[in-house]
This record gives sequence, structure tokens and C-alpha cells, in this order.
Amino acid sequence: MQDDTREVTAREPSSAMQSSRQEDELVIRPAVDIFEDANGIVVQADMPGVSKDQLNVQADRNGLVIEGRATLDMPEGMEALYADVRSTRYRRNFVLGGELDTDRIEANLKDGLLTLRIPKRAELRPRKIEVRAA
Amino acid sequence: MFGSVMNSFDSNLFDDFRRLESEMDGLFGSTAWPAGIRAVRRGTFPPINVGATPDQVDVYLFAAGLDPRDIDLSIQQNLLTVSGGRKLQANEDAEYYRRERFDGEFRRVVTLPDDVDPERVDARYRDGVLQISVQRRESARPRQIEVK
Repeated sequence: MQDDTREVTAREPSSAMQSSRQEDELVIRPAVDIFEDANGIVVQADMPGVSKDQLNVQADRNGLVIEGRATLDMPEGMEALYADVRSTRYRRNFVLGGELDTDRIEANLKDGLLTLRIPKRAELRPRKIEVRAA
Repeated sequence: MFGSVMNSFDSNLFDDFRRLESEMDGLFGSTAWPAGIRAVRRGTFPPINVGATPDQVDVYLFAAGLDPRDIDLSIQQNLLTVSGGRKLQANEDAEYYRRERFDGEFRRVVTLPDDVDPERVDARYRDGVLQISVQRRESARPRQIEVK
């Protein structure tokens, strides 16, 4: 089960060319909590500054991609005095196992906190097996 | 293997925001910041950015999933203190694989420019970012001097 949420570190060769410009950009890896219960896996990611229209979550049977852009309300002509956060771009990838039902992922974004609920396929949920006395 | 997921990354989805984002990245992205006396280790929660115009100073705290009622803000002269907490509800029946998100109490102190007016502060919480705007005193603003 651990492998289900293994992170993707390898880059996709075919996308290397087109995304070369983006490679230069700093990307923030959002902090995540991931847990599993009988129904599926829940991923919670901190993405402050991201609104719904700038969130992109994609999943298929192989992978889950979480991506977003933060926007800040900045007055005209602002100069920076200090910055812990140097980028507006969030991105993180995970590998999903085939027992997860990617067609029925529920996503919720509230106050910059993204919650994804990825259900297991119904036929694969653990079943209680009764042991009958002989 | 990940083609179907990855290929659409460079789509136009975010193109509209490129200009805005490049402005922000250009603004906050490049400089090496000198450490203030109250500076804390990088990675401290919540991360903050500070920006200024001649009229006001804006402090941004990046803290997703807070209840605004749990945020305590105070300002003394030019010293801004933000404290609060984020208590995560652990799911007892679940097996955790990762727990990276901050859980607990936090406190950050920010030294603002000397000319801010502690009487004129405005704070709002939107999309997980707490923005605190402090107005600067009139005398600090650049003034056009007429040559007679």
C-alpha cells in the first residue's frame, strides 16, 4: 500500500522540451498529509493563495498531479522588503495504484487547503470475512 | 507512461495569469534577503512576504486552512506580532503515510518600516493568505516639490 502514494521524481522525457521554460521557474512543493481508511485515500495539501479557478488536479490510473497558481492582492508599484515565498507556482505528483477509482475523486478547496478523496474501487474494498465455527 | 497526465501541463490554463505571476515572481523571487534581528529559520510556519509602497506596507502570511478567529494580531509602534494555531484533526481510524502539514501554535514577529501608523491597520483572510495592510504616515511619502 505504501507504493500507492510514492512520489514521481523522474521527469517525462517527451515533455522536457516544451516545458524547458517552466523548468527555470521556482516551484513550491506543497506540504501534504496523506492517509488511508477503509474507503480510500485522502490527500490534504496546503496551497495558500490559490483560488478554485487556478487549481488544476489531474488523475488517471497511473498518476495524480496537483498544480496551482497563487495570486496576491498587491498594490500598484509595490517593492519587496522580505520574502519567504519566492514563487507563485505549486506542483506535486504522486503515483496511484490501480485499485483506486480515479473517476470518482472528490476535490474540495477551502482557504487554500485542498482536500482530495480518492475512493477505492468498490469491489476492492476490504470485506469482513466471517469465521464460522465448525 | 505519464504522457496523458503530463502533456497537458503546458496548456493554456494559466496563460492569463502569466503576466501577474511574473510580476510577483520578479518582485519577491530574486533577492537574497539580509537577516533581520528577529528573523527566524527558513521553513518556519507560516511563511511571510512583506512588500511596500510609499502609501502602505503589506504583510502576507501564507497559512492555509485557518479559522480567522484563531488569529491574534497586534502592533506596537512598528512591530507586528501575529500568533495563532492550526489544530489538525487526526483521523483515528486511518493509517497515515505522510504528515508534513504544520500542526500546532505559531507566532511570528515582523519589524515594519519606522514610519507606519499603528492606528491604521487592516487585515483580511482570503484563500489561505492573511494580508495585513498598514498605512504609512504622510510625512514619509515622497512629495513633489514645486520650483518657483
